[in-house]
Amino acid sequence: MKAFMSLFFGDRLADRAVPPTGVAARLTVFVAAAMSFLAIFALAMSLTAGRVASSWADDLARSATLRLPADIDQTNEALRAALNVLQTTSGVASARVLEAEEQRALLAPWFGPDIPVETLPVPQLIEILPDDDGYDAAGLRARLQAEVPGAMLDDHGAWREPLMQAAQRLRVTGWSVLALIGAVMAAMITLAAHASLAANAQVIRVLRLVGARDAYIAGAFVRRFTLRAGLGALIGVVVGVIVLQVMPQANVAGGMDMDFGFVGIEWIWSLAIPVLAAIVAFAATRYAALRRLKEQT
Amino acid sequence: MIELDNISYGYGGTTLFSGVSLKLAPGSFHFLTGPSGAGKTTLLRLCYADLRASVGQVRLFGQDAATLSRDDVAIIRRRIGVVHQDTQFLDHLSIAENIALPLTVADRLTEAQDNLAQLLSWVSLGAQAGQTPPELSGGERQRAALARAVIMSPDVVIADEPTGNVDWEMSQRLLALLVELNRMGKTILIATHDIAMIRSMKSDVQARVLRLKGGQLIQAGSEL
Repeated sequence: MKAFMSLFFGDRLADRAVPPTGVAARLTVFVAAAMSFLAIFALAMSLTAGRVASSWADDLARSATLRLPADIDQTNEALRAALNVLQTTSGVASARVLEAEEQRALLAPWFGPDIPVETLPVPQLIEILPDDDGYDAAGLRARLQAEVPGAMLDDHGAWREPLMQAAQRLRVTGWSVLALIGAVMAAMITLAAHASLAANAQVIRVLRLVGARDAYIAGAFVRRFTLRAGLGALIGVVVGVIVLQVMPQANVAGGMDMDFGFVGIEWIWSLAIPVLAAIVAFAATRYAALRRLKEQT
Repeated sequence: MIELDNISYGYGGTTLFSGVSLKLAPGSFHFLTGPSGAGKTTLLRLCYADLRASVGQVRLFGQDAATLSRDDVAIIRRRIGVVHQDTQFLDHLSIAENIALPLTVADRLTEAQDNLAQLLSWVSLGAQAGQTPPELSGGERQRAALARAVIMSPDVVIADEPTGNVDWEMSQRLLALLVELNRMGKTILIATHDIAMIRSMKSDVQARVLRLKGGQLIQAGSEL
């Protein structure tokens, strides 16, 4: 904690003991900026995937569809029987017959907007909304089988599960990529710190000769790398956020929005990236510096 | 203060010196002489724990140097001012900042405000305070190194060929400063191969002259 606090209260001359220039310093800013830029997208992917999974789960779990066979002569009779079954089934809050206009909208992506659904053998759809307790799907299927032969109850489970799994995998992948970015940044900053320590061997020797402790010498390097990584990460995040803002947003067929990026309070996460980058740089540089100083004894 | 007890030092299978004993009492003044390559600088480095003896014991202010941690060594070095032959400065800092460096690393920078001007004046470098080490002459750098060595008010000042790169007049000025420090109670150890310089100082200070030759440390004799 003391070492971390010294980041903000280190004295100016102590910082100046290490020459301010060098490839390692510029490399640190660049690596932190590049990694933070990538981290913004990994984070956006992860959060978007989580949001989409949740949205799909909610949307699909909230309703079921009953499909009646496309036999025009029998549809009205079957419709009445089906509605009767549904209205007397415990756990079904409402059952609504989809209007021709709604059916047309569902088919529009494949057949265009002017399809005459009234004259075509299109199955009739009934939207079922369960109440809070839900209904017994197996029992309802059995009753429908007996009273409305050919009716198909679709609770969306067949394709809801794979979609949710895919979204979940995407979310895990996003977090894994973030962890990998953090590890790569730590490795790169460690290498840069080693290079800087090697380039400043004479500075370290002089500081030791005048009585500097390892923690003091390490501190001068740690402050420099931490602040540069924080600055680089801030640059990367700002650029990443700008790119996210100008990216076109996707709208998945069926009315499910998939806004790639941050929504509402999720923006807080983008602010965390420079802080996390600085923490990674602090830990990596301190480890590298103390190890190197020990080796140089 | 600093005691070397029957020490040996060698590297790569070669023994540089062996059976060397030396005791620097408070307020004493020592010259260490000997031919180039005899191990004078090595012996000095053992005195401020920059090297560890292969055999024997080095005691610094009563502590066995072999048992000191790196932090302990750092603290010990604040009590030993060292003037190097090659001065060892940070070239990107001003000469004033270089002189204040021991106070900076000891977190006593506020003391520099009082001491620095006085010290710069003592070594006649007031006008050069803002210049960087490469901008100074060899003599100015040596005087700055001496100022840095004493800014912590150390108990011991060790100087390795402090007059090696300066003319006769400047060497006399530097030695006069070291004698002045000795009169203030500081223990002084100077390594030099310049016998004439030692002779010139005999009337100013009561110094013990030691000679490192053939791997042995002996009391210097009639050549002085």
